[in-house]
Amino acid sequence: MYVIIVGGGKVGYYLTRTLVAEGHEVTLLEKDARRFTALREELGEAITRGDGCEVRTMQEKGMSRADCVVAVTGDDEDNLVVCQMAKHKFGVARTIARVNNPRNEEIFALLGVDHTLSGTRIIYSLIQQEVEVGEMVLLSALKAGKIELISAELMADSPVAGKPLKDIRMPGGTVIAALIREEEVLLPSGDLRLREGDTVIALAHPEEEPALRAALLGAAHKGAIINATKEADKR
Amino acid sequence: MRVVILGCGRVGSLLAGMFDRAGHEVVIIDKNADAFWRLDPTYGGEKITGMGMDEEILRRAGLDRAEAFIAVTNGDNTNVMAGQIAQRRFGVPRVIVRLYDPIRAQTYRKFNLETICTSLIGAGVIHDLLMKKPQKKIEEYLEMGEGVKEVFPGLEDKTAPPPKAGPERQ
Repeated sequence: MYVIIVGGGKVGYYLTRTLVAEGHEVTLLEKDARRFTALREELGEAITRGDGCEVRTMQEKGMSRADCVVAVTGDDEDNLVVCQMAKHKFGVARTIARVNNPRNEEIFALLGVDHTLSGTRIIYSLIQQEVEVGEMVLLSALKAGKIELISAELMADSPVAGKPLKDIRMPGGTVIAALIREEEVLLPSGDLRLREGDTVIALAHPEEEPALRAALLGAAHKGAIINATKEADKR
Repeated sequence: MRVVILGCGRVGSLLAGMFDRAGHEVVIIDKNADAFWRLDPTYGGEKITGMGMDEEILRRAGLDRAEAFIAVTNGDNTNVMAGQIAQRRFGVPRVIVRLYDPIRAQTYRKFNLETICTSLIGAGVIHDLLMKKPQKKIEEYLEMGEGVKEVFPGLEDKTAPPPKAGPERQ
């Protein structure tokens, strides 16, 4: 696979190393001369000095044959433009952008970036998961918010606690994707019995949230879903 | 009309003064409060300090009821991102974005962003002055950007721009 990474910060550097070690062809673009020199010795041919937003650089590095373009600079506007130019000018199939301001995730999806990741939001959702026992937490909104990845920790009064998965009727188009039981990730199978303390990871459309809540946590739990994305913004 | 201007540099401050004197409702945004010294002392519009591609700042600037949004910071990418947010998120009817890079200007025109590439205009005007050619219309100078295809062969657009879908406005 040929991957072009824009931005030689810590994320770009470690990503380059990881992909090169796995045998992939990688070009890391870094525009800052000092940062470039610092990384050159270790990364050798894999790093090029250049502005990843400049079409000339993109063309020289063969962006049109790249399988994936990853923009991980510290500036969201640069990451957006790299992905949009890669897609529109060079027809790159997959574009991934780091989003520094978690609020921009939705905007990037709206503007055609295939995948976004926000360190702030991931960490925040992990914190939320620890704090809000017995509640549902929105982990990630996929496909511009059309599908949600939701986590819910089962309490003793959960209507599904003690039941095997095959006996649980999930509402509408919701799906149990995985189960976390004491640090262990269990994949769903019909005979797997849910227990108090299990964390259920489910996929649902946003409008199915209330039905999912009732199914997993019981009617007593009426609170709104905790949106890790929006909660993070308040800070 | 309500005009929101992003970037209080030379162009932004001039524009703010022009619209303000003409009696329009003007809001100017800059990430650096010191930039506002450039404004005409008689400027009576609003000033907001903050990052212009931050949706929250744009909301505070009343973008949801603005008739026009102009992005003239010195960062092409900032202008492009803020312009797209104004268009797609806030449904601003008229969005004009100033860019230095002719290729980005040409690309984003296809995204329905009205881009003005001052590099193309400047170079074109100077060229015609020197060569004693009559001055052209702005559109003609901007179309010189199409010439970049000759410089970069094989640079045809590969995918269609994302569909334009702004929020409904009353």
